[in-house]
Amino acid sequence: MKIYDMPDREGHFGPYGGTFVSETLIAAIDELKRQYLRFRDDPEFQEEYAYELKHYVGRPSPIYHARRLSDSLGGAQIYLKREDLNHTGAHKINNTVGQAMLARRMGKRRVIAETGAGQHGVATATVAARYGMECVVYMGSEDVRRQAQNVYRMKLLGATVVPVESGSKTLKDALNEAMRDWVTNVQDTFYIIGTVAGPHPYPMMVRDFNAVVGRECLAQMPEMAGRQPDVVIACVGGGSNAMGIFHPYIPEETVRLMGVEAGGEGVATGHHAASLVAGSPGVLHGNRTYLLQDENGQIIETHSISAGLDYPGVGPEHAWLKDTGRAEYVAITDGEALNAFHALCRMEGIIPALESSHALAQAMKMAPAMGKERILLVNLSGRGDKDMATVAERSGIRL
Amino acid sequence: MSRISATFEKLGQEGRKALIPFFTAGDPSLAQCVPTMQALVAGGADLIELGVPFSDPMADGPTIQRASERALRQGVSLRQVLDAVSRFRQDDGKTPVVLMGYANPIERMGREAFADRCAESGVDGVLVVDYPPDEARALGALLSPRGIDSIFLLSPTSTDERVREIATLASGYIYYVSLRGVTGASHIDVADVGHQVARIKALARVPVGVGFGIRDDATARALSAVADGIVVGSRIVEEIEASSESEAPAAVGALIKRFRQAMDAQR
Repeated sequence: MKIYDMPDREGHFGPYGGTFVSETLIAAIDELKRQYLRFRDDPEFQEEYAYELKHYVGRPSPIYHARRLSDSLGGAQIYLKREDLNHTGAHKINNTVGQAMLARRMGKRRVIAETGAGQHGVATATVAARYGMECVVYMGSEDVRRQAQNVYRMKLLGATVVPVESGSKTLKDALNEAMRDWVTNVQDTFYIIGTVAGPHPYPMMVRDFNAVVGRECLAQMPEMAGRQPDVVIACVGGGSNAMGIFHPYIPEETVRLMGVEAGGEGVATGHHAASLVAGSPGVLHGNRTYLLQDENGQIIETHSISAGLDYPGVGPEHAWLKDTGRAEYVAITDGEALNAFHALCRMEGIIPALESSHALAQAMKMAPAMGKERILLVNLSGRGDKDMATVAERSGIRL
Repeated sequence: MSRISATFEKLGQEGRKALIPFFTAGDPSLAQCVPTMQALVAGGADLIELGVPFSDPMADGPTIQRASERALRQGVSLRQVLDAVSRFRQDDGKTPVVLMGYANPIERMGREAFADRCAESGVDGVLVVDYPPDEARALGALLSPRGIDSIFLLSPTSTDERVREIATLASGYIYYVSLRGVTGASHIDVADVGHQVARIKALARVPVGVGFGIRDDATARALSAVADGIVVGSRIVEEIEASSESEAPAAVGALIKRFRQAMDAQR
């Protein structure tokens, strides 16, 4: 078994990652890097983090054998890692708890975040309330309109939600705006990035905080199924839930890792958010990675039914895993994800997030051609309550 | 000697400071790019920083982001910005032009192709806002043999170690960010800027220009006592925003003339 110790000291995953930010942010990023490396190995920090995950987040999350769904497909057994059962309903809180704890130790009284669908914004507002910190969440004005319920949740939790009117008015613009806030208010402000993108050390730090998901699976799968899965499947927008479940499995060379991007209306139509499947390397939001860009290097607008996957970049570690072949990346369309969504509702009594439905759809695609003794482990990264309006609208129903 | 170094040397001999306007190429239109550059020179600009539009200008404030969006709506590309510099060079062989922008459009073109095109077009310096020193070193190794300077930002939070590292890479001039935050923010402490410029000049051998948040001629005058050059960006972009497309060059020409007079009155 080879030792996997990415990234290097400068945050590179092979040619990807790094610190592509203006000089005005360098001091803040260096300070964050120093403090994170210090507390990452601090037993007292880790003990408190473990306590918070157990008693506040509700970990460990169970693994569930989706028997009826598996039987209906007639092939491989589908197991679900139930991140949807976490407090706030998704994996995002694993990371926000960790970063908020770091912010407190760094003496920052104000936290900011970007959010697309609102899940990371809610998870940040939640921990800010938990620790008594001021919280400002940047959200594209288009997303504010589409995700009114999450906007209200954040406000209930005491956060200020700032609609971003620039650019495409979605997640990438919210990230730009949060970065500007951070540059301006760096003395008292901690920027809680919600995915494994951004400048070093964010891709590493967000991965580390989410890696509890994969570590639990490594221990749970032998108990549940007598062995590790054949394939681990997770959806990839920025890629934090996927990195969280993949990372502990990277040295387990017999386990295939499969990332599922948003194929939107189909990769061939150009209306999608599949950066790894259909993009090319470039520099955005502080790191080098695969991007959806035009021939002049401008970032292009993306499309997905799932706001959480609607991002033109992807975490740099995924770019590296793709190039090395350690992980495979595929795309699932809006329609395929919706079918998987309904199947899980009807056959297992679980309403998955539309993001997670992409991973599930890939498992449902693969299972029939595989033997019944084979095992697919899907990271069910979030619950679907937030998606009621989107799904209803697709079915022609107004709630 | 590069056109940039020659400009600073001549200004130094005359006891004057460089006036460096910034605007985004293609704002308000590609057709007005060269006339705007010419109007700025006529108004007293010593060097022009030309912004290359990018869809995600993370280090810029809302004013310059809007300028980028206006340019991108018209499909302005890095290639077209370089072509505009070529056209400017047909009539002006003296005024240095620095391209300021983000890494991705350059990487998409390819670093070597970009360096070649810069040399052909008559670009004198390149500032890649989001390149860390290691990446800038790699680009600089292509620019330097072609006689093109690598311009760097330094900020109030840059450590001495960082200033030393960038001093070994910088040529032409160093652009000191006069406040914390993004372009177009406000509140400049002149005494603090003076102290910081002195700190940089003790460690670096190139002139130091100061910019970010210089909104009026009084501030420009005060800062020109402590720096080698003054960069005016967001204020110019606001003037373009407030003008009709045809009047934009004349408007920014008149604006830069006021800055010039204020700075020269300092002597």
